[in-house]
Amino acid sequence: MSVASMPLGVVARRQRSYYRFILPALVVVGAVIIFPWLFTLWMSAFDWKIGSDAHFVGLDNYTGLVHNQRFLEAVVRTFYFTALAVIAPLILGTIAALVFHRQFPFRGILRGIFIMPMMATPVAVALVWTMMFHPQQGVLNYLLSLVGLPPSLWVYSPQWVIPSLVMVEIWHWTPLVMLIVLGGLAALPTEPYESAKLDGASEWQLFRFITLPLVAPFLLVAAVIRTIDALKAFDTIYVITSGGPGTASETINLYLYLQAFAFYNIGNASAVVVIFFVIVMALALLLLYVRKRTQWT
Amino acid sequence: MAHRKHLNPSEQQRRRLLQAGVGAAALGAIPGMTLLPAQAQAPFDWKKFKGETIEVFLVKSPRGDLLTKYHKEFEDMTGITVGSEMIPEQQQRQKAVIEFNSGRTSFDVIQLSYHVQKRQFGKNRWMEDVRPLMADKSLADPNLDFADFAKGGLTYATQPDGRIDSLPLNLDPWVVYYNKELFDAKNVAYPKTFAEMVDAAAKLNDPAKGVSGFVGRGLKNANVPVWTSFLLGYGGGFVDANGKLLTETAEAIDAAKMYQTLLSKYGPQGVAGYNWNEAQSLFVLGKAAMWLDGIGFAAPLEDPAKSKIVGKVGYGVMPAGPKQQASALFGDGQGISAFSKKKGPAWFYVQWATNKTNQTRILQNAAGAPVRNSAYQMAQASGEIKSPKQWVETMVASARIAQPGLPVIVPVTEFRDVFGIALTNMINGADPATELKKATADFQPVLDKSEKA
Repeated sequence: MSVASMPLGVVARRQRSYYRFILPALVVVGAVIIFPWLFTLWMSAFDWKIGSDAHFVGLDNYTGLVHNQRFLEAVVRTFYFTALAVIAPLILGTIAALVFHRQFPFRGILRGIFIMPMMATPVAVALVWTMMFHPQQGVLNYLLSLVGLPPSLWVYSPQWVIPSLVMVEIWHWTPLVMLIVLGGLAALPTEPYESAKLDGASEWQLFRFITLPLVAPFLLVAAVIRTIDALKAFDTIYVITSGGPGTASETINLYLYLQAFAFYNIGNASAVVVIFFVIVMALALLLLYVRKRTQWT
Repeated sequence: MAHRKHLNPSEQQRRRLLQAGVGAAALGAIPGMTLLPAQAQAPFDWKKFKGETIEVFLVKSPRGDLLTKYHKEFEDMTGITVGSEMIPEQQQRQKAVIEFNSGRTSFDVIQLSYHVQKRQFGKNRWMEDVRPLMADKSLADPNLDFADFAKGGLTYATQPDGRIDSLPLNLDPWVVYYNKELFDAKNVAYPKTFAEMVDAAAKLNDPAKGVSGFVGRGLKNANVPVWTSFLLGYGGGFVDANGKLLTETAEAIDAAKMYQTLLSKYGPQGVAGYNWNEAQSLFVLGKAAMWLDGIGFAAPLEDPAKSKIVGKVGYGVMPAGPKQQASALFGDGQGISAFSKKKGPAWFYVQWATNKTNQTRILQNAAGAPVRNSAYQMAQASGEIKSPKQWVETMVASARIAQPGLPVIVPVTEFRDVFGIALTNMINGADPATELKKATADFQPVLDKSEKA
């Protein structure tokens, strides 16, 4: 018997009985997600440093942050880092997926090697890259010298620190994008390609007008995952530069960490979290909106 | 300045006697000590707390390793079981604050860095005052010999209100490591003054050969002691009696200029991102003529597996500034958690950890600079000092002219962060006076707030 054909009383009874099953999950979600969130919101209205008394200050923490140059720079830097750390792996990952989608000798082994960076622990990866970036003893400058290029300061230069950190992200996470896109490619139908080839389409046209639109939903999934990852990037940046030189690589997360766990300004740190949450939500909604659009077309 | 002037020995003794009286009276008021007054006249016995268990919270460091290695000795002597946790400095500091703030600590004894945690712990009264414990004959080891602790260590262990809430374990005066081979090759003598130091760096700097005249910390936060080392020599300070920062005075600016010159003109490329480990790895390759840092690095510099300059390292006392010769001092100690329910056994552990034998071991194993004066004689008598002679001499001479290398305030990490950024900016070409002015303006409200709270 379908729900629609049931008498109303039975439906209501049955719906009531459902709540009992939801209750445990609701309690857990309430305790570990909703309560901490509300508590953070509450704390953000206080001036509280661990070891001293808390004073209610209303929105002062927020107005302070809006006028705090260091925080605003951290926000801009976060977007800069995120944009680079999303776009570059997306492009490289797609190219890699196209390469590995073709048949060639040792494809399986090479694909296995290609995805290995993904399995490495971020902190270990960061430590290795720290050594490679060293301006005097690092292998990267040695490689540059082999091809006759002048040495670079990499993460030791305020101008180059963000692009250098993005390099680590690219190395680490391009394989993930490749895997997602490769999955998409494998699911593509072969008919459109055959008919296009009959019509004399070039390789580029095949990619631009058939492959790309068809894998676009997969690329978007990869973009969402990468955006979330890049926004919350902390471990590699903290290990390699701790936000330096100066504040040249201080993203919101690094700023937040300092406020909360080095300076113990819990109230201020809570306000940073709330603002960060709003930014993440806004970006996620934007991506979901774009995703809907790609589905329609 | 938050520091109390050091007392001469006779005055110290007088105070100790006074404290003994006060201490005995206060014993009843200390939580967890309620049983003690009845036994106050009993003679000291290491086995008094036999069968108890204590938790010790150590910092991963050569000292932490050394104490852990000898815990069995303490257990055999006292019958107290020691559980210990040893984690890296930064994490240890965070965990300590969180646990203390919760009003319940998982540890009974904690190792603390005076230059970061002294004021914070002291202001919140998170550690037990050990003066009553020292005064109680049934609890104080007759061989404690309080007068044996060096001035710098006792100044560090004493809070502004006179409470002594820890015993000092190790002192870390800053010294100059220099490459004798590079100095000899260009016939340069070890500098005696700041001016000579800059001269030497200029002469020895040889970018074509990849040799830097000077290397030191450029990374924000870590770099502040380098600047304060110069600040002391220029006769500058941190905070005046009214709580006003002294960080934009002429002395502070001169010190910052010296920092800027040495690091940006004669330092390696990318020094703005250098912490001690990068500086050390450049120095052990023979690619830096001078390196200013804490005293604790002799072991790696003299280790053939890690260093290319074994036997060529010179150890020098910080050159004299225009106003005075001073070595920036850092240090750590051990205290008893005010929330501990086992203060008696914890106090036994603190006494053991800072006793003459363990202090001597620090020196014998090049694990740092002991606070007890007797450790130097004992180590020499034992003939088992692994560290080079010049290093030991430099350490003794530096300890004599040592002054705290950081202000004794609660938000010291924030101080290091704000001024560290200013210093890093200077390496990258910013004007010292402007940067210090900005940093001072940024930090003064933070300091005011912390003192009011």
